[in-house]
Amino acid sequence: MSKVRIMTGNSAAAAAVMLCDVQVVAAYPITPQSQLAEMMSQYIESGELKAEYVRVEGEHTALTVCISASTVGARVFTATSANGLLYMHEQLHWAAGARLPIVMCCVNRGVGAPWTIFNDQQDSLAQRDTGWIQLYCRNNQEIHDTILQAYRIAESVYVPVMVCYDGFVLSHTMMPVEMAEQEAVREYLPPYRPHTILTPEDPRCLNPVLFPNRRADSEGVLRDGYMEMRYKLEAALEDALEAITDASDAFAKRFGRNHGGLVWDYRTEDAELLLVAMGSLASEATLAADALRERGIRAGVTGVRAFRPFPKEAVRKSLSRAKAVIVFEKSISYGNEGALCTEIKGALFGTESRPAIYNYIAGLGGRDVKSRELEAAAAECWTDLEAGRREKKTTWLNCITG
Amino acid sequence: MPENLFKINSKEYILPGSRACQGCGLSLFYRYALKALRENTIVTLPACCLCVLQGLYPSTPVMMPALNNSFASTAASASGLVAGLRALNRADTTVVAIAGDGATFDMGIQALSGAAERGTDFIYVCYDNEGYMNTGTQRSSATPMGALTTTTPILTKQQPKKDFLKIMEAHNIAYLATASPSYPLDLYDKFVKAKKIRGTRYMHIHVPCPPGWAYPPKDTVKMGRLAVETGLFPLFEMENGKFRFTGRSKTQAERGNRLPVINYLEKQGRFRKMDAEQQRQMQAMVDAKWEEYRRKLED
Amino acid sequence: MEKRDENISAMCKPSIGEAGRTGDWRTVRPVIDPARCIPAVKKKSACFLCWLYCPEGVVKATIPVEIDMDYCKGCGICAEECPAKAIQMVREDQPDE
Repeated sequence: MSKVRIMTGNSAAAAAVMLCDVQVVAAYPITPQSQLAEMMSQYIESGELKAEYVRVEGEHTALTVCISASTVGARVFTATSANGLLYMHEQLHWAAGARLPIVMCCVNRGVGAPWTIFNDQQDSLAQRDTGWIQLYCRNNQEIHDTILQAYRIAESVYVPVMVCYDGFVLSHTMMPVEMAEQEAVREYLPPYRPHTILTPEDPRCLNPVLFPNRRADSEGVLRDGYMEMRYKLEAALEDALEAITDASDAFAKRFGRNHGGLVWDYRTEDAELLLVAMGSLASEATLAADALRERGIRAGVTGVRAFRPFPKEAVRKSLSRAKAVIVFEKSISYGNEGALCTEIKGALFGTESRPAIYNYIAGLGGRDVKSRELEAAAAECWTDLEAGRREKKTTWLNCITG
Repeated sequence: MPENLFKINSKEYILPGSRACQGCGLSLFYRYALKALRENTIVTLPACCLCVLQGLYPSTPVMMPALNNSFASTAASASGLVAGLRALNRADTTVVAIAGDGATFDMGIQALSGAAERGTDFIYVCYDNEGYMNTGTQRSSATPMGALTTTTPILTKQQPKKDFLKIMEAHNIAYLATASPSYPLDLYDKFVKAKKIRGTRYMHIHVPCPPGWAYPPKDTVKMGRLAVETGLFPLFEMENGKFRFTGRSKTQAERGNRLPVINYLEKQGRFRKMDAEQQRQMQAMVDAKWEEYRRKLED
Repeated sequence: MEKRDENISAMCKPSIGEAGRTGDWRTVRPVIDPARCIPAVKKKSACFLCWLYCPEGVVKATIPVEIDMDYCKGCGICAEECPAKAIQMVREDQPDE
C-alpha cells in the first residue's frame, strides 16, 4: 500500500528525518526553514520521535551541538538557510575536519546584504570549500529520499552531507511524496558506528592542535601532521563519489525510485545543446529542453545532483557530445562567474570535448525563472554558436545590468 | 605515599611533562578539578591555554576524555555532549566545559547564556587568568581596571572587570561557586559537590598567570592567596540562589580583616602603571562588593 | 569493544612527557634539606605542602620527599610554600650544597 501524500518540501524532509531514527536535533529557525525545525520539535515533543531536541540560541551553536553529539555517538540532524548557514560557517569546516557524519538540510535562500528571504543557491555554493558533500534536490520526493541516502553516505565515508533544496519553490510548495517504509529504512540504514573515541573507558583528546610535520607518539610511531589529516578528508570526498552512487543504486533497488546518483540526464543521448543546472532550476530546464526540441534543436539537460564532490567523470560523460553547453545557476562567485560554470569548464579541460560554454546567472533573491526564459536564452546561445560567437560575457537573466 | 593524603583522591590525572608554563595556575587548578571529578567525566574545551596544556597530536598528558572545539563554542559543545549522552542512555557521565575568561566572558558568552537558560545539566568552569593569555596577554573583559596588556599597552585597561558572576546569578542556575588553586582543598570540595548536583553549575576559578601578570612563577600560590585575602576574589558558593562564603573568605567576613588591595597590586608588573585614582577606585569597588555580599548574607 | 579505525580523525593518547623532557626548562632546581623537611624529621606523614602546591604533580609524598627531576620545571612554588624553609632553589650550574 503506497503512502503518497501531498506535502511541502519541509514536511517531506521532516518525515524523512524521523524515519532515520535521529537521536539529537538542534536547529534554529530561519525563513524558509522554520517549519522544518517546528515539525521536528512537534515529532519529538509528541513522542513520535524519540530524540533530544536542543532549542539552541543560534546557528553556530546548532551545528556545534550536532558536532559534539555526533562525536559521542548519536545520529544527529540540523537545518538552516542563508545567513544561518553563513553564521555556522566556522563550524562547517570543523565538522568536516572532525570527520563527522552530520546531515544538514540547507533550504536555499539568498544572502544579505541586502536582505532577501527568497530562493537562490548562494548560501550553499559559498560553502563549497568546507569539505561537506553537497546534494541538490529537484522535487519534494527527492528531498525525502535524499535525506535517507544522506545518512548512509555520511556514515560510510565519515563526511558530513548537506542536502540542499530551494526555499519556497520546494520548501513551501506541495507535491506528491511517497513516504518510505520505516522497516525498509532501518534495513537500508545500519546503526551509526562512530569512529570517534570519547569515553571514560579510553581517555583521548580529540581534535587538538597538530604540528605542520608528522610527529612520533610515545611508542615512536610517526603520526599525521595537519596536512595528512586534511588530505584524508579530501580522499574521503573522492571515495564519496562511489558512496553516493552506491547509496542511490541501493535505494533504487529497495524503494524503486532513482534520482540519478551524481548526475541525472534528460534527453542527453543525442543532444547537441545541453542545459546544465542544479535543483528545481534543472527541473524547469527539462521543460525548456522539450520546447527547444519542438523548435528543432536537439536539447537535453544535465542535472548536477552532487556538487561536492564534483562528479567530473559523470559530467564529462554527459557533456561530451554537446556543441553548446549553457550553465544556468542561482548563484555567482563574485569576481569571476558562476561556480558551477567554472567547475564544468574545469571538468572538460584536458578532454577532447570543446563545446561552447555559456553562463547565465538566474533567479537571485527569488526572482522567478520561467522555462520559456531558459528556452529563449538557450536558443540565443545556439544562434551565437552558429554565428561563431563561442564565448560571451556571463549573462544575468531577466535582470537590469546597466 | 600516605593513604588518603589530605583526604582527597590521590590519583594524578595529569601526567608529567605538560606544555603549561612554569608555575601555571591553570595547571594547579586542573590537577585538583580532575581529582575531584574522577573517571566518569568528559571534558570539552576551546582554543585556550588549556588546549595547549592538553597537548599536541598525537599525545596528551591528561588521562580524561576531552573534546576540543572552536573558541566561541564551549558551552554549545557541552550542550551537544549532554544531549548525545542522554540520547544514548549515558546521562550519568558528567560533562564539564572548561574555558578561559576570553572564551567565557567574551566570545563564548552567547553559548553559555543559552546553555544556562536551557538548564543544561553540566558543569561550566571558567578559569580566569584575566586576559587572552594563550595568544600573548591581550585584554579581555575580565582584565581588571588599570592592568597593562598587549592591547592596553600604554593607557592600561580603562573599564572595570566585567561582573560575570552577577550575569550567571541572573540565570538562576543550580550552583555557582568561586575557587582558587591557592586553596586547593576548598576547590576540590566544591567540585565534588558540583558533580553531585543536577542542572547548570558554574565554577569560577581565579588563575594566576606568571607571564601575563608579570610576577615570578614561584609566587603563583601567594598571588592567588593575596587575591582572596584582599577580598578582590572572594571564595563563595550559591546553591539555588542561597549565598555563603567559604574558607578564608568566610573567616574574613566574620572578622572583617581584609588586606588592603594595594598589597596585591604592587606585586604584579601588569599594575605598575596604575595611578592613585585607579587604585582608589579598585579599593572602593572591593569595599562596595563586600557590602553587597554582607546584604546577601542577611537575606 | 568494536574495533575502530583510530586514524580517521585526530585523537591523542595519554603519554608522559608530551612536551618533551620538561626538566630541561629549568634554570633553578629544588633541593630538599632532610634536616628541615617536616615529614623527614618527624618520620611520619605530615605537611607535604610541596606535594599539595606543585602544579605539575611531580612531587612524590614519600619520606623523604622526592621530586621527579626529569619533569620538574623549576617554578619554585614548593620552595616558596614550604613552611620549614626546607627547599632551596639552586642554580642548575651549581652543585646541591
